[in-house]
Amino acid sequence: MSHLLLERLHLRYGAAPAVADLNLEVKDGELVSLLGPSGCGKTTTMRAVAGLLAPSSGRILLAGQDITHLPPNKRDIGLVFQSYALFPHLSAFENVAFGLRLRRVQDSELRRRVGAALDVVGLSDLADRLPANLSGGQQQRVALARAFVIEPRLLLLDEPLSNLDAKLRLDMRGELRRIQRELGVTMLYVTHDQDEALALSDRIVIMRAGRIEQQGTPEEVYARPSTPFVADFMGWQNILAAAAVPDALRRAHPAATHFAWRPETVTLGHGTTSGRVLARTYQGEHLEYLLESPLGRVKAFAPTGAAWSEGSEVTFELSTERAAALRDA
Amino acid sequence: MTSSRLPRVVLYLTLLFLVGPFLVVFIAAFGGEPTLKFPPSSFSTQWFGRVLGVEAFRGSFWTSLWLGLASTGLALLLGVPVAYALSRYRLPGAAAVQTLLTSPALVPGLVVGLALLQYFVNLGGSVYPSLLAAHTALLLPYVVRVVSTSLVNLRPDIEEAAMSLGASRLTAFRLVVLPNIRGGVAAAAVLAFITSFDQVAVSLFLTGPGVSTLPIAMLTFMEYNYDPTIAALSTLLIAFSVGLVLIFERLLGLSRYV
Repeated sequence: MSHLLLERLHLRYGAAPAVADLNLEVKDGELVSLLGPSGCGKTTTMRAVAGLLAPSSGRILLAGQDITHLPPNKRDIGLVFQSYALFPHLSAFENVAFGLRLRRVQDSELRRRVGAALDVVGLSDLADRLPANLSGGQQQRVALARAFVIEPRLLLLDEPLSNLDAKLRLDMRGELRRIQRELGVTMLYVTHDQDEALALSDRIVIMRAGRIEQQGTPEEVYARPSTPFVADFMGWQNILAAAAVPDALRRAHPAATHFAWRPETVTLGHGTTSGRVLARTYQGEHLEYLLESPLGRVKAFAPTGAAWSEGSEVTFELSTERAAALRDA
Repeated sequence: MTSSRLPRVVLYLTLLFLVGPFLVVFIAAFGGEPTLKFPPSSFSTQWFGRVLGVEAFRGSFWTSLWLGLASTGLALLLGVPVAYALSRYRLPGAAAVQTLLTSPALVPGLVVGLALLQYFVNLGGSVYPSLLAAHTALLLPYVVRVVSTSLVNLRPDIEEAAMSLGASRLTAFRLVVLPNIRGGVAAAAVLAFITSFDQVAVSLFLTGPGVSTLPIAMLTFMEYNYDPTIAALSTLLIAFSVGLVLIFERLLGLSRYV
């Protein structure tokens, strides 16, 4: 059953259209990511769902109810910000209790629920601290607890991890997934980080210039990108125009405008094309080669054992089976 | 050695320059002679008693106190929402409002006073409402300026967070914005009250027969009396202002805002 439904949503940011004709469905209990570079309209879309931005046309439905013109405080939608947006004058406990107090939840019930929420995010010991005395990761946990303790119909997260350092980001990613499973809450998750989207999501919606470019399960968008934009975003670093690839491949996919290969699928040292090594970069598990070839520039990963020096010629193969056929939208 | 002593000497001289006039007034207030004199040749505390005996001071003190509190209250009531609107919304004409609000602080007080006199005479307003309106207008720029400063440091997204948790815009302002700009509002209040309390230029034109503020009463008194009473009163007023600032500084750390 669809829980959140965006129908033909148009949003303007100033004079320019930020989102055009957006249709999106999120099922009950699902975690859907809006993924795209900055300016693609993902945050604008999220703010419209939260009620902080009025759409110029279109409808937003939540559990069958039209909420398009409902003010944000009547929507029952939890919101987690990139900047945490904790109330600086309130302790962690009171931050989490804020929404419950507005709902006039009885004191004993309130203590129990705030306590349980702080427990879920592992902050029971720090309940009395002010936000200024919490680390970035702890603040984000408080912000998360504050948003889900009101048992919202939908939880929106706007780049919640991007202010954390790399190690903490990985930990919190796991935490988020666990909490989402535990609570069964429907989440719309905005991010520009494809690894984050792949690891967390049930479904990924890739946005570009205010439109949906492709959507699908993480496996689908990662392994079968449909446009050059998505392919590039998902790490298919070699994208060649159809005119440049061998006839056999083009005949197999007559509608394709581009073909893409991941750098780890490009074999070096044997093959039909030859290229000159422009740069070689050590990446730990492998060496990354940048080649100049008649097909264009090609990136390839090779085991650290094999070594071609910069400037030398090397043959390579773009395998037909590992190619993704793309169609420019 | 001399090179390290020089800055300290300059510092002390500067302090003396700033505090000196107050010291003169303070010391003269304890003079025993019947005319104001510095340094005094004898010691007396009788002038402090005399201050309380002057009817004009007693009446005008209450007028000034009432006027200061009421105009501060009104200026806060108008100024805090204005500061909030200017900091949170891109309004057409916001720059014009800002300039308009700053102008009373830039135009010389005498000019403002004269203009307001003409204005109120034409309106036929009585003395108290005229004084209150004039002082409120005069304090508004200070309130807007000081409160704006503390709003700039407050993230707007905490209001959005409050709304997503079920607060209306007004509730969000009351529960989330106001507690966090408390210090700025208090600083604005103290600054506004003191500005009103020792306002001379504007009040000069607007005080009428039988109605006077304390600074005006002091000026009038000095025209006919030149004894240390006025120095004693000045000393009391300095103590009052310093006391007020110290209390708020202790409570809220005022110096962060002004």
